[in-house]
Amino acid sequence: MTPSTPPPAPPPGPVPATPIIRPQQPSKRSGRPRGLGDLDLDLETGRTTAILGPNGAGKTTLIKSILGLVIPDGGTITVAGERLDGSPEYRRRIGYMPQIARYPENLTAREILAMVSDLRGNPAGTDESLVDELRLEAELDKPFRTLSGGNRQKVSAVLALRFRPQILFLDEPTAGLDPVSSSVFKDRLLRERAEGRTLVLTSHVMAEVQELADTVVYLLDGRIHFRESVESLMGSTGEASLERAIARRITARVVA
Amino acid sequence: MNALTSGSGRQGGSDTLKITRYQLRDVLRSRWILLYGLFFVLLTDLLFRFGGSGERVILSLLNVVLIGIPLVSIVLGAMYMYASREFTEMLLAHPVRRRSLFLGLFAGLSLPMSTAFVLGTALPYLAHGGGAAGGWGALAFLLGTGVALTLVFLALSFLVAVATEDRIRGLGLCLGAWIAFAVVYDAVILMAIYLLGDFPLERPVIALSMLNPVDLARILLLLEFDISALMGFTGALFRDFFGGTGGRLAAMGALLAWLAVPFALGMRSFGRKNF
Repeated sequence: MTPSTPPPAPPPGPVPATPIIRPQQPSKRSGRPRGLGDLDLDLETGRTTAILGPNGAGKTTLIKSILGLVIPDGGTITVAGERLDGSPEYRRRIGYMPQIARYPENLTAREILAMVSDLRGNPAGTDESLVDELRLEAELDKPFRTLSGGNRQKVSAVLALRFRPQILFLDEPTAGLDPVSSSVFKDRLLRERAEGRTLVLTSHVMAEVQELADTVVYLLDGRIHFRESVESLMGSTGEASLERAIARRITARVVA
Repeated sequence: MNALTSGSGRQGGSDTLKITRYQLRDVLRSRWILLYGLFFVLLTDLLFRFGGSGERVILSLLNVVLIGIPLVSIVLGAMYMYASREFTEMLLAHPVRRRSLFLGLFAGLSLPMSTAFVLGTALPYLAHGGGAAGGWGALAFLLGTGVALTLVFLALSFLVAVATEDRIRGLGLCLGAWIAFAVVYDAVILMAIYLLGDFPLERPVIALSMLNPVDLARILLLLEFDISALMGFTGALFRDFFGGTGGRLAAMGALLAWLAVPFALGMRSFGRKNF
């Protein structure tokens, strides 16, 4: 593999000026199959980073480590200059949309929104627009046990964006959403990025990554296999789709 | 979890209340908690209709309290924890302390379960005039012991559910613990007495009874009601060894330890868990 044209996008190697999330070597090897190896990663402020990799590569574990849901064996994680030490306050800046959404069966979405708002100290100026955009209003007063998987997913999306977080973590954000909701939500994510939010997402849909992400971090066995901007990936491999480009990149690495 | 920030304790306390409030609402809307309360209403009512006096009703309720409450508590507690697994994860992504969440989950289940048992038993007792012959103290003691057993077995189930990732295995462990405490234990004591009857068994047997919250509750109730016929081997030993009041205090203390230790271990495990 020879670099044919110099990529116009920022080069993959060096670290950007103001890293907002900075997990450094959070090794997680306590016999867990989805463990993380040593890795050193800075995520860029105001940009969208896609964390990709085969199943079990540690994508979810990495995100959960930054959220404090998984406690690393060693290393440090810094979010917006604050080093994680067990205090939950930094999570005020974070919105998280999990892969699987389950809520208390007998409560309604409106009650869950109120509960989380309560726990965050009922901040003023929450963003309710996604409820309309995803046409969720009619579902808000039904108990969760009657909601479809897609609607639960929409509630998670609303919860993640509602408190105007600085950083958004999205684990397979469009899985289970219908095409219309999915594209509405993706438009929304692009706007969030345009407003300067930092987005981190995982996805199995490469077309979605190509649409949303600036940078790809590819994990393999809990380590960073490569990290490259989407533009540079596409340019250097000469492939038409990101999926092909990533496949080309991985096989090139293995051969070399 | 380390409390580094100064204001966090106050914050944590109120978070617990908030979580408890919503968990309570969820549990109260489910049918099983109503069924659980209704079961005690029907049982107490039936016992009065067939058996008569308050004292005898209490004695009949005794076995239900000693066997039924541990079983229902340990199974429901584990199911509740496993059912709220993903929700727990979602809440922990918000600025909430793990300790507050654990406390909120525990209060959200133990309050309605204790209330269902207390009201379900006390209301028909009241309606049938069970307290007329001075049976109030007996009822209060029975209710107190039942609530203690509820808390002990909920704490055990939380510990198992937090420490065991696999649901089927967790529920199996819970059922196994119940069988050990409620059934196997008695067989072991009997066997020990049968095989080793020639040796002085008092101290080892008393030590063994400390290891079983169900037996402790039974000893407590039987000492209170002074029913030698039902007291069994460990109960009689307790009375002889500690005397009436001393025996009660010893049993209460041990039962309290059975609540505090699994609860603390469960909370610790919850604080270190990888979700």
